[in-house]
Amino acid sequence: MKASPTYRAVTFSDRLILLLEKAKNPIFYVVLFIWALVCIAPLYFTLVFSLKPVANIYDEPLFFPNPFSLENYRDVIGALPLFPRWLLNSMLISFAVTCLRVLFCAMGGYAFARMEFPFKNFLFNAMLVSMMIPGQVTLIPSFLVVGPGIIRGGLKIGELTLPTGFGLLDNPLGVILPGVVSAFGIFMMTQFYKSIPKELEEAAMMDGLGRFGTFFKVVLPISATQLITLALLTFQGEWNNFLWPLTVLRTPENFTLPIGLNWFRGEYYTLISKVLAGSLFNTLPILIMFFIFQRYFTQSIAATGLKEG
Amino acid sequence: MATTALAQTDRHKAARRRKWREALTAYGFLAPYLFIFLTFTVFAIGYAFYLSFTRYNLLKPPEFWGLEGYRRVLCLEALLPRAADAGPLVCDDLFIRKALPNTILYTVIVVPAQTILSLILAFAMDQNLRFRRLFRTIFYLPSVTSSVVISIIFIWLFSPQGVVNQIFGLNINWLNDKNYAFYTIMLLNVFTTSGTMMLILLAGLQDIPVAIYEAAAMDGANKLQSLWHITIPMLRPVIFFVVTVGVIGCFQVFDQIYVMTAGGPLDSTTTVAYLIYKWAFRDTAVKMGQASALAFVLALIIMAVTMIQRKFIEGSGSVSS
Repeated sequence: MKASPTYRAVTFSDRLILLLEKAKNPIFYVVLFIWALVCIAPLYFTLVFSLKPVANIYDEPLFFPNPFSLENYRDVIGALPLFPRWLLNSMLISFAVTCLRVLFCAMGGYAFARMEFPFKNFLFNAMLVSMMIPGQVTLIPSFLVVGPGIIRGGLKIGELTLPTGFGLLDNPLGVILPGVVSAFGIFMMTQFYKSIPKELEEAAMMDGLGRFGTFFKVVLPISATQLITLALLTFQGEWNNFLWPLTVLRTPENFTLPIGLNWFRGEYYTLISKVLAGSLFNTLPILIMFFIFQRYFTQSIAATGLKEG
Repeated sequence: MATTALAQTDRHKAARRRKWREALTAYGFLAPYLFIFLTFTVFAIGYAFYLSFTRYNLLKPPEFWGLEGYRRVLCLEALLPRAADAGPLVCDDLFIRKALPNTILYTVIVVPAQTILSLILAFAMDQNLRFRRLFRTIFYLPSVTSSVVISIIFIWLFSPQGVVNQIFGLNINWLNDKNYAFYTIMLLNVFTTSGTMMLILLAGLQDIPVAIYEAAAMDGANKLQSLWHITIPMLRPVIFFVVTVGVIGCFQVFDQIYVMTAGGPLDSTTTVAYLIYKWAFRDTAVKMGQASALAFVLALIIMAVTMIQRKFIEGSGSVSS
């Protein structure tokens, strides 16, 4: 016996749903398109105006560079010697921090994931708690430790005077030092090493490679994907970092690009098109990196977001 | 008998040696982290705590003055007993009068705006539409640009003769008008954060098993019902994460304020994080002790808000993380 389908009157809500179903995709397309325009517009206008001569900055037209000129870019690279300097400083600091942080975080993560040692759980939990402390709390002591020292003139013990700070104010090393390792990076690498099987490492240790040999010859190569992700996140963060370099660096020659751009904008506020050209210089490396490694960026953000959620 | 006992103690000894070696190696691996952690986290927090009870202007050593710093920050005479010879209450009311209300206003507007916008974008990206990869790339652009660069671009876009005024035929001095400056910065924040949040929410949406939707459809649920009864509850942990990150970000907003307005005009954009920096590094007479006290107040506020949020979001639904 076949059950006859039950019919019911088409209600208002059914019609509404049908209508929504039909209108849904066009509405979503419009939403996506409008937001895409909003996202592109600031960078597009920056590009247009950086290609206009300073003298014509407020002249029509708005939407394309007319008259067209590369004057700003030439000045940024050539005539204003500080810009290449800042670019170099930014490169140096970001590169150093990235290399060291990736290495140290991999080492730390490996220790937490694979080795047994006293106070392991305590240290791991302390690390997790430390990630919740806002940076404003540690900013002042970090500044004192990196720069002038906790005690002016050093700690005097009898004849001995011990410095209480690194004396790295206005020095790129002072920017690098606190960033060489991060709790987040160690946490990320710990989770990763816990998720992969350890047979390969055990085989390597059987073959007589010690812990260090195993780590550098076997573990590091198999975690390449994860390391690249951490490296990208670190480089981007360090390249765009503002508060800490602002606190440590003092003379224009030592500035990084973001600090330099902001300083330049304050000093020469009429030369806005040169500032815009310089701004694109700051953005370009990250954009290129983003396009090449897009997969890593999006994966890492989705993964970290879900894990902590 | 004797030999086996000896062999056993030997084995024990060897095992203990191995254990020690392993612990030593582990600490070797952790040495760089432990050095930075002890210096810039453990010691720094302890020293900041000490500083918060002192008056410190960098020129003279920190001078202990108990809770006076907290009292000045919070402007509370009644908070705690004061010494009889302490004189009249000196109060730095920038926190109570400006920074705290501003930061709350900022959070209350920015967090819902960025969450709803990124939710809508994530839903749209979750449909079977064309050009999704292109859209995803474009949406993420504002998030990869540095906060300083995007602030500089916004200063210029929103300047009196800037592109925004020209396109919309307005004549508003966005960043120098106390009625507009803060909202311009809020707009910038929503603009830069929505891309990242969209990606997180999208990953959450795509993690919901299709089988649940199919089962609901078999039971006769329509699309709206399954959105309300499946998608939203399943997405709750991810939404909680996004809201938490948003709130913490808002409470710590600094770069944009520093670059765009430096807290002005008339302190209308002074936030708590900016005020800490201003007291510690920018004022002509720096107040590092008082700034440390405010930093701890900020940390407490952030922790309290996060905990209330967790209670609220986890307690209100049937599905929780």
